[in-house]
Amino acid sequence: MTSIKVTKQDSSESAHSSLLKIQNLTRRYPSPDGAEPLTVFENASFDIKRGEFVCIIGHSGCGKSTIMNVLAGLDTATSGVVIMDGQEIAGPSLDRGVVFQNYSLLPWMSALNNVMFGVRARFPKWSRQQVRDHSYKHLEMVGLGDGAEQRKPSQLSGGMRQRVSIARAFAIQPKLLLLDEPFGALDALTRGTIQDELIRVWSDTDQTVFMITHDVDEAILLADRVLLMSNGPYARVAESVVIDIPRPRRRADIVHMDAYYPIRNHLVDFLTTRSRLLPDSSDTDTRNQQPLTVCPGLLKKTDTLKVLADTTALGTQGSIPAKPSVSPSVDIQKPSLTVLTGTQS
Amino acid sequence: MTTKLKAPLLSLILLFTILGIWEVSTPTVTSAENMTEYELLMGGAADEARVPPPSAIAVKAFEELSDPFYDNGPNDKGIGIQIAYSLYRVLAGYLLAALIALPVGFLIGMSPLAYKTLDPFIQVLRPISPLAWMPLALFIIQDSEYSAIFVIFICSIWPMLINTAFGVANVRKDWINVALTHELGSLRTAASVILPAAAPTILTGMRISIGIAWLVIVAAEMLVGGTGIGYYVWNEWNNLDLTSVIFSILVIGVVGMLLDAMFARVQSAVQYQE
Repeated sequence: MTSIKVTKQDSSESAHSSLLKIQNLTRRYPSPDGAEPLTVFENASFDIKRGEFVCIIGHSGCGKSTIMNVLAGLDTATSGVVIMDGQEIAGPSLDRGVVFQNYSLLPWMSALNNVMFGVRARFPKWSRQQVRDHSYKHLEMVGLGDGAEQRKPSQLSGGMRQRVSIARAFAIQPKLLLLDEPFGALDALTRGTIQDELIRVWSDTDQTVFMITHDVDEAILLADRVLLMSNGPYARVAESVVIDIPRPRRRADIVHMDAYYPIRNHLVDFLTTRSRLLPDSSDTDTRNQQPLTVCPGLLKKTDTLKVLADTTALGTQGSIPAKPSVSPSVDIQKPSLTVLTGTQS
Repeated sequence: MTTKLKAPLLSLILLFTILGIWEVSTPTVTSAENMTEYELLMGGAADEARVPPPSAIAVKAFEELSDPFYDNGPNDKGIGIQIAYSLYRVLAGYLLAALIALPVGFLIGMSPLAYKTLDPFIQVLRPISPLAWMPLALFIIQDSEYSAIFVIFICSIWPMLINTAFGVANVRKDWINVALTHELGSLRTAASVILPAAAPTILTGMRISIGIAWLVIVAAEMLVGGTGIGYYVWNEWNNLDLTSVIFSILVIGVVGMLLDAMFARVQSAVQYQE
């Protein structure tokens, strides 16, 4: 089983070329009264392949949203470049669609008109009917047909608003779809349904998605790869975790997959412990350094401890020995499942 | 009974109570037979010099409103004609003001530089009573008609200007970002995002302006004379016709209310809920 996964991994890498290359992206904010500027993140370098769904996780203040805004063209980095399809990006573009956390629908327009607003901007030569049909089709894809499309955002629930926002983003068919914590403001149940819808809509297209999230389970459900950022200031993109769970994924099923808990524990362990302990980029030369690729889902239970320890060491470039905190989190992964079945029987 | 029914009923009761007290407390004119010789010689003037009762005003209103557009020369025109003159001046001055206030307000709202540059001028010019401009306007324009229009222009420009600037400056950043990420040019952003987003605030400014303009036109016409509802009030005062004065005061109120209601309509049409 392990070998099959590895081949899939290899083939996908050769089949998809890089859509986006981010090189040495750095953002500093000038401090008042001439003090040393605040470096939020430094030398973030990573690639996103065509058709890939990439999530980025990190604590508040590590600069995820800034990276997102730079990709969207709404903010500029202090240094570093972002290259999409061989061209450096400068300013916002319809090639990069954005879904914001607070929906960003225009409140004076109906749901349909909000989508049509985007479609008309994207395809100015289309007839009104074409724009309308295309928009309506995308609203239906997220379950908002049959009259709901005529409602104003204020007449829609939070979940429905985010659906409209997602429909608008997919309808303009951008090369890269940027999702800035799209489900952050939604309750857990609604979030689940819309995640399912997002993954369904995404599977029907070959859309490349880059998404910020705070939710580890959401990342595992949706992403091909999860980028982990260490804590700011001087944050960096430390690891690229391959989510090796076959698609189509279903919320109810993935928790039973062998790979699920190793991946989940790896992510949680990073967020709770290692994101803090990793040396920040001011200590080491991180220029042109790609994040370390980790495949926790491929590991057997026995391997996990050793490799995790290795990756930590690698991630720190050997300057700091492996954190002892890694091993307890590894120990709980399978036993916790056993305990659960034990109590049931 | 619901509040919807109760309120108008109470309004009517209040109206009739006030009118009743007013009617009863007005001294009646003694008939000619009962007058003393002196009173007859005075033509009953002492009794006639009084605030007329509501019934007299109602009769006057009926007369005037049944033939509102008669024209018997410069000093005797129907109430409809006078109102039409006033409305023409108000609308002319108001539209001129809107023509300048809306674009300039947009500019000020969008550019902090323009805001900082123009703000001192606005702050100094805004508190000036519009009638203070009248002598200067009369001297420069040399035409009382256009001077009245200028006074309306200058008094209605400020609320529109300031509200437009405020509304435009406070359009939510998210909506601007929507325009940016959809590659909308600045003109299209202004027309399809900023304008609808700021429209309720702009309309509030326009509504305040039309209210002020209607307040000011009465005073301005009292000064420039000739025609208009303001002139009419003053003329009837000179005629010692208090019935007409009170009637025209009421007409001014009703027309002002209608103007405001019109703008309230437009305002609710552009209102949106976030």
